Parts: sequence; structure tokens; C-alpha cells
Amino acid sequence: MVDIRLPIGLMFSIVGLIISVFGFFTRSDSGMYAKSLGINVNLYMGILMLVFGLFLLYMARRKKKK
Amino acid sequence: MKVDLSWIDYLIMLIYFLFVLGIGWFLRKFMKNANAFLEAGRAMPAWVAGLAFISTNLGALEVMGMTGSGMKYGMLTTHFYWIGAIPAMIFLALFMMPFYYGSKARSVPEFLKLRYDEKTRGLNAILFAVMTILASGISMYALAILMENVLGWDFNVSLWISALIVLGYTYLGGLSSAIYNEVLQFFIIVLGLLPLAVLSLKDIGGWAGLKSHLAPIAFSHGYAADTFTTTWKYTGSAAANPMGVEWYGIFFGLGFVLAFGYWCTNFLIVQRAFAAESKTAARKVPLIGALPKMFIPFLIIVPGVIALALFNDPSKGFTLPLDASGQPIYDYTIIMLLKQYLPAGVLGLGITALLASFMSGMAGNVSAFNTVWTYDIYQSYIRPATGDEEADGKHYLRVGRIATIFGILLSIASAYIASKFGNIMDFLQTIFSMINAPLFAVIFLGMFWKRTTGHAAFTGLLLGFIAALLHHGLTVPAGATTLVKGGWIAVLHTYPVEMAQNFWTAIIAFTVSTVITIGLSFATRKLKSDEELKGLVYSLTPREIDDKSLPWYERPAGLAILVSVVAIVLTVIFW
Repeated sequence: MVDIRLPIGLMFSIVGLIISVFGFFTRSDSGMYAKSLGINVNLYMGILMLVFGLFLLYMARRKKKK
Repeated sequence: MKVDLSWIDYLIMLIYFLFVLGIGWFLRKFMKNANAFLEAGRAMPAWVAGLAFISTNLGALEVMGMTGSGMKYGMLTTHFYWIGAIPAMIFLALFMMPFYYGSKARSVPEFLKLRYDEKTRGLNAILFAVMTILASGISMYALAILMENVLGWDFNVSLWISALIVLGYTYLGGLSSAIYNEVLQFFIIVLGLLPLAVLSLKDIGGWAGLKSHLAPIAFSHGYAADTFTTTWKYTGSAAANPMGVEWYGIFFGLGFVLAFGYWCTNFLIVQRAFAAESKTAARKVPLIGALPKMFIPFLIIVPGVIALALFNDPSKGFTLPLDASGQPIYDYTIIMLLKQYLPAGVLGLGITALLASFMSGMAGNVSAFNTVWTYDIYQSYIRPATGDEEADGKHYLRVGRIATIFGILLSIASAYIASKFGNIMDFLQTIFSMINAPLFAVIFLGMFWKRTTGHAAFTGLLLGFIAALLHHGLTVPAGATTLVKGGWIAVLHTYPVEMAQNFWTAIIAFTVSTVITIGLSFATRKLKSDEELKGLVYSLTPREIDDKSLPWYERPAGLAILVSVVAIVLTVIFW
């Protein structure tokens, strides 16, 4: 039908990119990250999701080639 | 207690909405007949159906309820996972799925028709349809009221928008769309709640810090120091643990009757396995689902346990809204934790995770409802198939789509009834939740004892349900203030906590149903021949052996061993 990894991978790549960029630009806002114990959780979660999304896209593409 | 969301939080939600609707839109062109729409064409790979299997169960009430229970009962809440789900899922996969899938039944009621007779199917189909609508209405209500109180969203707006999005993608792409979206929602829930789990545990000083925070709280309740961070250790007597149940109550009530009733017979759940591409894939579905299921407590229960420590430490500034009697409202635990730890950005992701959990549960209800309505009620009693497969497929596709719209509208109606008459809805839901235990008794006996007859099954199902009602009407949990909790006939027995009452209601329903079905099976004539029961009953079905050429992790038995080992290790670590 359609490889489900494609839409999921695409969504996490987009959301991951947005959140990590947002995290990068807010990195000096210590007031905002006081809640998260001083950790720039946007940057880390964003990168994690971006990597996860790209991994799914890669897996879907690899299967298609076969 | 209001939480303010910023533009980025709304942006993430919007992207999520576009993707779930987009998946439905993309799949709509594959929906050529009822089989594609209601059964996903039986073409799902095992891992897709397996993640959908677990995602459907991870609805809004599950996430909110389990975090709340974590705060209330501590790590004992994990009994709902490690003993209260895993053994039942393994049993479903190894022993029941060959008959479910092999029978070609399109629903659990239809299996009852094939194994027993029309009346048993009819009774189950109608009870199931009503229960499904109630359940989705109640979870919709719970979510909308949470969003209103915490995010300041209008109750009506969030109710209708979330319902219409679910309608959109299930109407367009049917069960395939529900399943695909459940996989997406599964990952959103996990990744959305992950930062919360990590940050809250870090804040409290890790596992050791959590234990030392909870010791004085346990003492003040009269429990041993590590009661809230252990699972089986203090279940020797009901008075020594906050759940108020002994180990055998947990083992038989939760681990056997409730768990097997829910996981092995609830069509909402097993429908995901019915959609798998082959019998072996269908058998792997519950096992693939069980692997992440075992770790979900770390995402939703452990933060709840941490919330108990935070709530009792004023320096943390963690609050929960209180009810009229001054007790914290536990359902708010998860969203107040999100507010406590997550800055704009990941906060939007966390709220999206809650919305995703709501949608996965609701889509599960709707896609199970439209299948049971179309096949077990409409096709059986209103318009039987004509024999022209092509025309029938189109006709029932249309009926399935209309049933989807009606299912959602009825859920919305029941959400409004819940908002006006919450007690009545709670009561109805309690009553209808009592159908699972007798149903498990009847299906189990049907699969493993060829003598079981249709008359016996029907009577066993009905009387098991009535026995559950009587038990609920004659007992109350301590401190109950409304008749909704029980005792609406008379009060013969008082249970220390509501959970103990629930466990015993299920045990009694199961026992009555089993005894009656066995007794009447001897007294009534067997109407189906051995030939008709082939593929439906264990002793009349040729044994199948797993394909030995597959590696162990591709075989149901190999996966079952892996799941058991992990569950045992987790149980021992958190004993």
C-alpha cells in the first residue's frame, strides 16, 4: 500500500528540525530552561527526533531500492 | 494552574494534525470495498499491527489514569503491565490467535457465531457496540475537560475538533488509516513523554533520591519505607500496601481474569492482529506489542510515583487541583508534570502526545464499532449479503463509512451526557466493563473443549454478566458516597478499596460463567459436528509447527520466550 516509515520519518524530521532550531536560538534564555533544570531540552530532543526521522526515511528508501 | 502555550507549541500540534489527516487522505484511494475498509485487507506487516495493537490500548484514559495511579499506589501500578498484560498477551499470541485468525472470522462476535450460534453472537455484538461508544465518549469528555481547565481551551471546541480529526482519517482510510496513525501516535507518545520521564527522575535525584523522598510518606501512611517503590514485596497482606489487595487477588483477579478478559477477547484490541498479513504475522502481533508495553511504565507510571514525592515537598512547587473533599485530582498528574518540567517547544510535543493518545484510543473504538455494526448487526439482521461479491463489497463499504460517522456522533453525544450526568456514565461504564470476564470464559471453553454447546455458552455469558451485576449491587468499597460504586441493592460486604471490589467482581463473573457453561454443555445437545468445528477447536485442528527455517526472533515461540524473560527480569528488579 504505502510504507508507513515514509510519513512517520517525514513528520519526525520536520518536527525535529523545528524544535532543534528553536532550541539553538533560545540557548541563552536561561529563564526559559530553568524549568528543565538548565538543560536545553529542545536542542537535544530536536536532534534525537531528527535523527530518528532520517533513520526511518533511510530504511524506507533502502527497501524501495531492493 | 493554567499553562500558557506559545506559537511553537501550536505549530507542532498543527503539523501533527496535518500528518494524521494526510495519511487518511493518502489511503482513501485504496478503500475499494468493505474488506479493505473494515479489515485493512488483512495485509498489515506484523510490526505495524503490533505497534498499533499497543497504541490502541495507550488511550488518553490509560495515560492519565496510569500516571494518576502511579501517584496513588506507587510502583504497585506496574502490576497492570507486567502481570496484568504480558501473560495474557503471550497466551493470546500462542494459543488463541491460530483459531481466531484461522477461522477467518472478521470480528470476535463473528467468531462466536462460527463456534456457537447466532444468539451468542447477537448478545455479544450488541453489548460490545454499546460499550465501545460509552468508552470513547468518556475518554473524549475526560480529555476536553482537562484541556479546558489547564490550557483554557473551550470544552466544545476541543471536543469537536479532536472528534472531527479522528472522523476525518477513519472515514477516509478505515482500519488501515487507524492502524497507520496508531503507529505514528505510538512514536509521538513515547518521544513526547520521554523528556518528562528523564527530567523528573533527574530532579528527584534518581532512583535513590526517589526512594529517600518516599520513605517518610510511606511511614506517615503506616507502610514500610519502600512500599511505594516495590511491587510484590508488601502484598502478603492487604493492609500493608496502598492497593489494598493481597498477592493472590492481584495474581488471579488482575493477572488472570481481568487481563485475559481484556487482552484476549476485546475486539478493539485483537482487531489489530486480525488485520495482519498471515497467520504467523497475526501470532507475532501481540508479542511485538508486548516488547514496548513492558517499558511503558517508565514513561507514565514512574513520573506519577515521582509526582507523589514532589507533591509532598513544598520546595518543588508542584501542585494539583483538589476536589471537594480536599483530595488531589489524580487525573491531572500527567499534564501538571508536563507544565512543571517542559519549556515551550517540547511542551507542545508533550501536549501533542496526550492528543495522540486520545486519538489512538478513540480511533480504535470507532474502527471496532463500525466493523461490529456492519458485519454483526447490519449484515446479520438488516441486510444479508446477496451473493454478488462485488456489489456487496461496495454496499458494505458505504454502510461502514456511515457507521463511522454515526459512531463518532454517538460518542460525542455520550461525552455530553458524561459532562451533565457523570455518575450515570461512570456507572454504565462499570456495568459494561463486566462483559469481558464472562466472554473470556466462553471463548476459552469454546476453543479448548469441543463439547461446549451454543446454548451453554449463551447462558454462561448472560448469567456471568448478571452475577457481576449482583456482586456490584451487593458490595461497596469503603468510604463510597454514591450508589455508582456499588451497593445499589443492599450492602452485604465492604471492600477496603475500590480496586479489590473490581478484582472480585471479575473473579465471580468468570467463575459463574465457567461453571454454568460447563454444566449446561453436559445437559444440552451438541449441535455442531466435529467437521464444522475444525479450525475452531484445539483438539479438532491439525497442529501447526512454526517454520523452522526462520530465525528465532521471527517465530512466535522465540518471541514469546524473549518477552517472558524480559518480564521476569523486570519483575525481579522491582520486586
